[in-house]
Amino acid sequence: MNEDALFWHRLQFAFTIVYHYLFPQLTMGLALLIVIMKGLSLRPGGDAWALAARFWIRVFGINFAVGVVTGIPMEFQFGTNWGSFTRYAGNVVGHTLAMEGLFAFFLESSFLSLLVWGEKRLSPRMHFLSAVALWAGSWLSGYFIVCTNAFMQHPVGHATAQDGTLRLVSFWEFLFNPWALAQYAHTMSAAVVTGSFVVAAAGAFYTLQRTHLDQAKRFLRVGTFAGLASSMIVAFPTGDIQAKLVAEYQPVTLAAMEGRFETGPMAGITLIGQPNVAARRLDNPIAVPGILSFLAYGAFHRTVKGLNEFPQEQWPTNLELLYYSFHVMAGLGTLFIGLMAGAALLSWRGWLHQVKPVLWALLLAFPFPYIANTAGWMTAELGRQPWLVYGLFRTAQGASPQVHSGTTLFTLIGFTGMYALLAVLFLFLIGREIAHGPEADHV
Amino acid sequence: MFELWFAIVCAMLAAYVVLDGYDFGAGIVHLFVARNNEERRQVLAAIGPYWDGNEVWLLAAGGALFVAFPRVLSAGISGFYFAIFLVLWCLILRGIAIEFRSHLADPLWRAAWDFLFALASMLLALFFGTALGNLVRGVPLNDAGWFSLPLFTTFSPSGVVGILDWYTIGAGLMGVVALGAHGAAFLTWRTDGEVQRRARLGAKHLFRAAVGLWLILFFETHRLNDVLSVLGQRPLGWLGVALALGGIAAVHHGLERGKDLTAFLGTSAFLAGTLVATAACLFPVMLKSIDNPALSITAYTGGGDEAGLRLALRWLGIGLPLAIGYFVMNFRLHRGKAVAARDGEGY
Repeated sequence: MNEDALFWHRLQFAFTIVYHYLFPQLTMGLALLIVIMKGLSLRPGGDAWALAARFWIRVFGINFAVGVVTGIPMEFQFGTNWGSFTRYAGNVVGHTLAMEGLFAFFLESSFLSLLVWGEKRLSPRMHFLSAVALWAGSWLSGYFIVCTNAFMQHPVGHATAQDGTLRLVSFWEFLFNPWALAQYAHTMSAAVVTGSFVVAAAGAFYTLQRTHLDQAKRFLRVGTFAGLASSMIVAFPTGDIQAKLVAEYQPVTLAAMEGRFETGPMAGITLIGQPNVAARRLDNPIAVPGILSFLAYGAFHRTVKGLNEFPQEQWPTNLELLYYSFHVMAGLGTLFIGLMAGAALLSWRGWLHQVKPVLWALLLAFPFPYIANTAGWMTAELGRQPWLVYGLFRTAQGASPQVHSGTTLFTLIGFTGMYALLAVLFLFLIGREIAHGPEADHV
Repeated sequence: MFELWFAIVCAMLAAYVVLDGYDFGAGIVHLFVARNNEERRQVLAAIGPYWDGNEVWLLAAGGALFVAFPRVLSAGISGFYFAIFLVLWCLILRGIAIEFRSHLADPLWRAAWDFLFALASMLLALFFGTALGNLVRGVPLNDAGWFSLPLFTTFSPSGVVGILDWYTIGAGLMGVVALGAHGAAFLTWRTDGEVQRRARLGAKHLFRAAVGLWLILFFETHRLNDVLSVLGQRPLGWLGVALALGGIAAVHHGLERGKDLTAFLGTSAFLAGTLVATAACLFPVMLKSIDNPALSITAYTGGGDEAGLRLALRWLGIGLPLAIGYFVMNFRLHRGKAVAARDGEGY
């Protein structure tokens, strides 16, 4: 195993997982919004909501297909590229990965075709229940993956066997890892943020275009209300709980996320500044004092440990990227609350369709939740470094020993080409759906 | 406990081959049995509601292997590194070919996806057959329990071997032909009209070829190594062979008399029986070393943990009936002959 191969293994996994997660974050969020729209359509006179749901189910179907096909390589790469990790932790994380297939994928695959193609064959109530089943399946799938990741972040319920590999000791402790519960709530609400922004952006687009005005109003209403609620939940309580867990169990990660080298009370949060690892300081920082202490420990005067307190081999390996990821996530999350609060207020008063600047902002904002979700996962995964299983097993130990760097580079290039093709096809088909709009008959 | 999990993993893989096998098979034969857009939509309507669920069996079997035999999973699929990625890329292309085809009414768009669907299905059947051939032949495991294989060397199944040699290629061809017959039998059962007529003819010829290859591979395996020598002592091995032979009789009977479901169950029994017999003969070996039996990874050295596997039986006991329940529900909801969906109502 050489350093070079490790780099390509990491890059391939990072690239394929980031690309994959562009799709489930929308489908998981959209699934909930579709359930809401289908639920509204069951009321008397709810036909317009059925039309809205039909449009979003078509968008959902295309996203789901790409999510499924890009998801299959993820499970296999544990074995192909991370064989030593699979040997080490398979007895534990294999449980959640197998349960995902059994409890989530079978459920999703059985109800997908009913939801996408079954509206004419099923009663409205059964079609609504298919939407609920798909929502449940996709959110269950999310839980098993987050639970697997949570074990890597904060291993619980395990023991080390004589041969040095991990064993599962307490199934329930592992399945209800406090880290998993917090991370799950945070991740799912962030997925709803993505779904809400996309729905709101479509509403803004049609309003600005002066087409499908009735549907556009509905999209804006669902998108802004769900967007405001979910953006707030992402920050508080879920993000807050997550931050406190990091402070408790990964203090060196917390220091690295803030680029904080010195230990001290009244630790601030940096708005702007660049970590300078060589000089062990933050260049040109603009910080609000006390906030980090408050976020981590609930009190402004509390001491937050700096990186200097820890030996450098325990520091996250890419400190700069971790710092930027965290700040991009947190900064965007704050802006989302502001934008959605304003838009939801206007929508509630019935003025939103006339306020062009806000409509433009909603239209152009939809890529940013994708960026924030990605940056959030990068914060979690870069923050976990240099460990693959925190405190137990280093990333450098995890790769398959006999797979060479050139081999991995080759498959990485292959994925790049394949995923570029998928992106073109995806954008083409989604573009057609958006152009058809919610009232056009589907071709 | 390890014996039980060996059986569970093999049963899940067999379920995968039988279930996803018929939609691979439908892909392999569809360019021949369905000639125009209407007929091709009929084929897609026949497998459309199922293929995604069928593919989940691969992930479920992979998950079971992950938790029960992590050493087997890690060595096996990192050793076949390139082959695994070829499989993954084909699975991606095949999935989007099925899902994206009907989004545009343009004939060129549809022809392109139809071709890709057929090509990817055929390559996947070839890869899976070749993989089984590799498992029976053995791989060059080292002391630490890892291996890596070149794509091919001298095409001889002994000495320094590659993934491809004449034996594994034979197994790959068997995969294409047998799954082709299986898919054609499925289409005979689930379609009508011209598609059904051509599918029945295809099933008849392909299945005859599959049985021929099956016999050749049986004797070649016997010549290659001692895997089959224990067949006489393994009751499950006999059961598997009996199942396969019963399947052959059922296919013959079913296709002659127009009992299409019987024929499809026959091809299913043929595939499942062959896999059961192979697994029973290999047991307890999961990854066979080609030259040194002491290096083979078995169900007992596959890295499983008894206590953890006992725990896993509990969720398996809940999850498996649920999965089978969805499956039955899905089949009941889509029972009857598949008709080509009108635009806007399906594949």
